[in-house]
Amino acid sequence: MSTALEIVSPEKLLLSRPVDMAVIPAEEGDMGVLEGHAPMIVLLRGGTVRLYEAGQVTAELFVSGGFAEVTPERCTVLAIEAIPLPELSRAEAERRLTAAEAAYEAVDKFDVDAREQAMARLQSARAMLELAAAP
Amino acid sequence: MPSLKALRIRINSVKSTQKITSAMKMVAASKLRRAQSQVEAARPYAERMERMLAALAAGAAQNPGAPRMLVGTGHDQVHLLVPITADRGLAGAFNANVGRATRTRIEELEARGKTVKLMPIGRKGRDYLRREYASRIVDDVSFAGKRRIEFADAAAVAERIATMFHDGEFDVCTLIYNRFISVISQRTTEQQLIPTPLPQTAGSAASESPRLYEFEPEEETLLAALLPQNLATQLYRALLESAAGEQGARMTAMDNATRNAGEMIDRLTLLYNRTRQANITKELIEIISGAEAL
Repeated sequence: MSTALEIVSPEKLLLSRPVDMAVIPAEEGDMGVLEGHAPMIVLLRGGTVRLYEAGQVTAELFVSGGFAEVTPERCTVLAIEAIPLPELSRAEAERRLTAAEAAYEAVDKFDVDAREQAMARLQSARAMLELAAAP
Repeated sequence: MPSLKALRIRINSVKSTQKITSAMKMVAASKLRRAQSQVEAARPYAERMERMLAALAAGAAQNPGAPRMLVGTGHDQVHLLVPITADRGLAGAFNANVGRATRTRIEELEARGKTVKLMPIGRKGRDYLRREYASRIVDDVSFAGKRRIEFADAAAVAERIATMFHDGEFDVCTLIYNRFISVISQRTTEQQLIPTPLPQTAGSAASESPRLYEFEPEEETLLAALLPQNLATQLYRALLESAAGEQGARMTAMDNATRNAGEMIDRLTLLYNRTRQANITKELIEIISGAEAL
């Protein structure tokens, strides 16, 4: 009973191993993926990917957004980056939040697509800061 | 016949040239290894991205509300060409090939009455195209001085292209770059970026039964997020291929140069020794005939 989890960034394959369950931060709420999940393609928000093995959380990684493809056999996460939680840097998160806030201020409020993009960036930076600040 | 001193100077100068070319060959070889492993590492993401795009686009292409980046603007009047070259020369025909392919394409498009815009990536291509087509260059990018190309670099360029597309500045975008085939061979390739060509599903559909995916959020929103990402991924791949190809081409070119220098040194050394012996013989004859005359 396991699903093959893969986390891939454009630069390399970050992680590939079978896990009992993976929880991925889908846009509309966290999603647990077990073996035999219905095929889905989901958009991810900034948040944590959790790996469950033998009833325990064995790894937690921050992803800043991306996509995931879920099939009954596997779960593929396409992320721009995936950072293990303990390695998150607070300074970096703050820097990103400032940049995202500036970008959000600068965006044309009537351009729906651009505003949504800026909002997603802001959300991702906030999530990162929150995770970095937590002990 | 050149004097001995002149020959000695020539031999030394060719020797130091040979030292430089052989050092450049070594450097290219080690950079090539790094570039190649970067290409390999980037492959899984591109493959999976393609798979997702195929699943998404198959249904959406017929949809009238499909994103323009997928189905195009409906015209093909304005073409944006993006030739990718190296920032440095001394790599054989590597840069010239892209330059020539771009030129052929420009001429062909303009003969058909299309408008051409250029956005060269890499210093060599920019310099080459600026001589003849300066008015068509709308933007240029250079990664000179960067030790390795990161995804963020490609993403920044992709965003510029996407913004231009949304502002209606062009209808079709084509990449022209050297694809890495092997160390000794690079093929100049043209790849259409916008409208996004649909991945060939025929092959994979036969082996893998078509899956019906659920989408969250709906297809249009997903596509709107996926397409720019795909643009960046394709661009990143082309940049890496081109970088690997550049090192391969330089390695071959420098190998040839080193060998040529070796041949030249041999020839000059032979000439040098012959001249030296001729001089000795001449002096001997002079001494002997001088002694006989006494």
